[in-house]
Amino acid sequence: MAGGDTSTHNLLRFITCGSVDDGKSTLLGRLLYDSGMLSDDQVEILRQDSRRRYPDSDTLDFSLLTDGLDAERQQGITIDVAYRYFHNARRHFMVADCPGHEQYTRNMATGASHADLAVVLVDARKGLLQQTRRHTYICLLLGIRKIILAVNKMDLVDYRSDVYEEIKNEYLALAEQLGGDTAYVLPIAALTGDNISSRSQRMPWYKGPALLEVLESISIEPQQPGNFRMPVQWVNRPDQHFRGYAGTVCGGHVKVGEAVVIQPGMHKAKVERIVTADGDISEARTGQAVTLTLDREVDISRGDLIVDAAHPALEADQFAGHVLWLGDEPLLPSRGYWLKIGARTVSARITSIKHKIDVNTQAKLAAHRLELNEVGSCNIDLDHPIAFEPYAVNHVLGGFILIDRQSHATVACGMLDFALRRAANVHWQHLDVDKQARARGKGQPPRCVWLTGLSGAGKSTIANQLERRLCALGYHTYLLDGDNLRHGLNRDLGFTPEARVENVRRVAEVAHLMVDAGLIVLVCVISPFRNEREFARGLFAHDEFVEVFVDTSLEECERRDPKGLYRKAREGQISNFTGIDSPYETPAAPELHLHTEGAKLEALVEQLVTYLIPASR
Amino acid sequence: MAVAIWRNLKLPSMPLMSTKFAHLNALEAESIHIFREVAACFDRPVMLYSIGKDSSVLLHLLRKAFYPARPPIPLLHVDTTWKFREMIAFRDHVAASNDVRLLVHINEDGVRQGISPLIHGAAVHTDIMKTAALKQALDKYGFDAAIGGARRDEEKSRAKERVFSFRNAQHHWDPKRQRPEFWSLYNTHIHKGESVRVFPLSNWTEMDVWHYIRREHIPVVPLYFARERPVVERDGALIMVDDERFVLREGEHIEKRMVRFRTLGCYPLTGAVISTAETLDAIIKEMTQSRTSERQGRIIDHDPSASMERKKQEGYF
Repeated sequence: MAGGDTSTHNLLRFITCGSVDDGKSTLLGRLLYDSGMLSDDQVEILRQDSRRRYPDSDTLDFSLLTDGLDAERQQGITIDVAYRYFHNARRHFMVADCPGHEQYTRNMATGASHADLAVVLVDARKGLLQQTRRHTYICLLLGIRKIILAVNKMDLVDYRSDVYEEIKNEYLALAEQLGGDTAYVLPIAALTGDNISSRSQRMPWYKGPALLEVLESISIEPQQPGNFRMPVQWVNRPDQHFRGYAGTVCGGHVKVGEAVVIQPGMHKAKVERIVTADGDISEARTGQAVTLTLDREVDISRGDLIVDAAHPALEADQFAGHVLWLGDEPLLPSRGYWLKIGARTVSARITSIKHKIDVNTQAKLAAHRLELNEVGSCNIDLDHPIAFEPYAVNHVLGGFILIDRQSHATVACGMLDFALRRAANVHWQHLDVDKQARARGKGQPPRCVWLTGLSGAGKSTIANQLERRLCALGYHTYLLDGDNLRHGLNRDLGFTPEARVENVRRVAEVAHLMVDAGLIVLVCVISPFRNEREFARGLFAHDEFVEVFVDTSLEECERRDPKGLYRKAREGQISNFTGIDSPYETPAAPELHLHTEGAKLEALVEQLVTYLIPASR
Repeated sequence: MAVAIWRNLKLPSMPLMSTKFAHLNALEAESIHIFREVAACFDRPVMLYSIGKDSSVLLHLLRKAFYPARPPIPLLHVDTTWKFREMIAFRDHVAASNDVRLLVHINEDGVRQGISPLIHGAAVHTDIMKTAALKQALDKYGFDAAIGGARRDEEKSRAKERVFSFRNAQHHWDPKRQRPEFWSLYNTHIHKGESVRVFPLSNWTEMDVWHYIRREHIPVVPLYFARERPVVERDGALIMVDDERFVLREGEHIEKRMVRFRTLGCYPLTGAVISTAETLDAIIKEMTQSRTSERQGRIIDHDPSASMERKKQEGYF
């Protein structure tokens, strides 16, 4: 039945969110309990756990049902999202109970990305808090269009309507300001069950439905079905007679015989079969996992997009979008990350942060970096064009994650808003004399020799001697020294992590131009971060980049201290000094590893010459 | 942006669930998507096959995901040597089908030490014959992704776990450092030696599993159906006497009772429930009326309340 109806109107996916202690977990536990979803043994364990925490009371503490991690139960807080499932005669519900603490916002956002609706809680005694605003903002950012504000703990304000009305009006104003489509407000008391599954007798002034009534009957319009789109997830080739493209349809529908194109690029084909394990079907719709075969041989691999030929998706490699930063280390513009979107993974850089957004006031603030849980409006640059749609149109083709290339952590989620046209308008001028021609004229293979190491490790000394040797042998060289470049090209840069990233990027690009000119370029920069060295390596052809780790211990560098910088750093006169208060990430697999301590300069240079110049010369 | 604040709520009258199984289709499609992602993104994936109903569903979905190709992912059964005989017969039947490759791993050190749940207790037995055995097998074959049938509705710490759950080189789970998981975008990047556990049935409930088994005619071990079986009442649980290794304690006697199992594991650690449900329809009806949870029959879970989380941190599936 993989070909069957996958409409999910009888499944409502929602989250509960809001500030700490607003009673999210209690509400959820109450919903499960009232729906009869808790078994006798679960209730018994809950009764025991509740009594352990509150020895003098018979009240069931429903939060203990969902706070499933040891650390959560010990601290009495929710750290991670808990997914729970319940149903009644009208609907199935999948609910994500989201943490309220600001530091766990990333977990809350994870839950929100899977939801159609959000129940935001506030404590009637406290009113709207920063987290109420933050969570409402993130829900809307991630495309949740239906929000219910549940004014909880009405029992603690004597069920007063004026308290409720004040919060209600303030929230509706907030939702309007944030651009929400619909927001509904109702008064509840989760602990006592008022207005949860049945209408409360204690708030006769409230004439609306109870929470569960709203949840079971609210209609969730699917995102606009749009035109046919299917990212190719896996190429199915059991033998030479069958070649199918497996994926989940993420927009519109397709029928056998219809014309499609494969993006990026515009190869045309027609759908020959729609294969499922339950037999071929004639039509595939959004949400179905199918395998397509086409009427002709086309080169298609994972990550490509099969789309309606009459309505292809846009293609671009530069975008404007919003990013929610999830990493413990801040986002640094210019640093390379992997970007995963649909079934495709490409290299990406945030080229600029246009502004970050204050979640309290929605003010746009200038920013050079994004810290954990901050939202920024950014420009994004990819190394390959991709086919996409704005997130507002299609969540699968407009939603992405960023992955750190070293730690492999998921460091951001993001939403593409629109393509930037700059790349399309700045054309690459193709020249007749190319790198090979220039190199041939000089009778040498162009190279970028990248010397990395601590300040005072001996990079410049070695490079200087190496250039003298190469020059004497008749090679065409140039030496790019980090310090020297900071007098001109990089004069505007300091030593913060952001500035170091940009410094290395510029040096790498200049070296790239010089290699293109056919030169052997010697680069001396501390380049403390692996990511940036990998970025530099990525600019060059396979054999062109030679990473040389000039390995001198910190103690030895500090003892040499040729420029007196270590002394100043130790005295606190300069900050962000590599090795002292800024890290140096050791190269994992350099082409050459030079141990300088106890070695003679001539011997080290000889190692380099031997590596660079094959013995035949 | 134009805002229509929803000040006066008008609720449409929602029909009683008409397309009763539409959500099964959605769950199936999601699971297939996950299987394909694993096959595409990992070098050496494996599917943990535990012979139970969830494994039966997993195997069914595995075949569907890659049809008409053979599943590109082998199966691994970690055999504790204490499974029900009917389970092993069922497993061997599955292994004989020509489209899948099934590997069996036994912790031979544990066998040499004579580890037994009846002598060493549930915790030691599980630790050595299951958790340690699984790590041995993963290391032996160098698997970088292990697919399992765990569901979030089973247990509280499972409710918090990701679909792609990251493990360090020691196979440990750190619940505080889970990767955020957005939409259906799974971060599959790992370093050498690290691995992920993948749970395609994360969003399924026990009831969904049974409805799906019925709809798709998926074979399951007969132990799930009620029959007269020889059982002994021990520590409040009904234990089936499956072979001669089970030694009666003083005062215990074997009775023939009409029982079935809600979950399957090592027979001395798996409690039967009194039941007359001999068919799938009867099982589903019984569950609708049931007031106890699925894992109640598992003796291993009756340790301190958060024990599952602790076991998982150490590498238990």
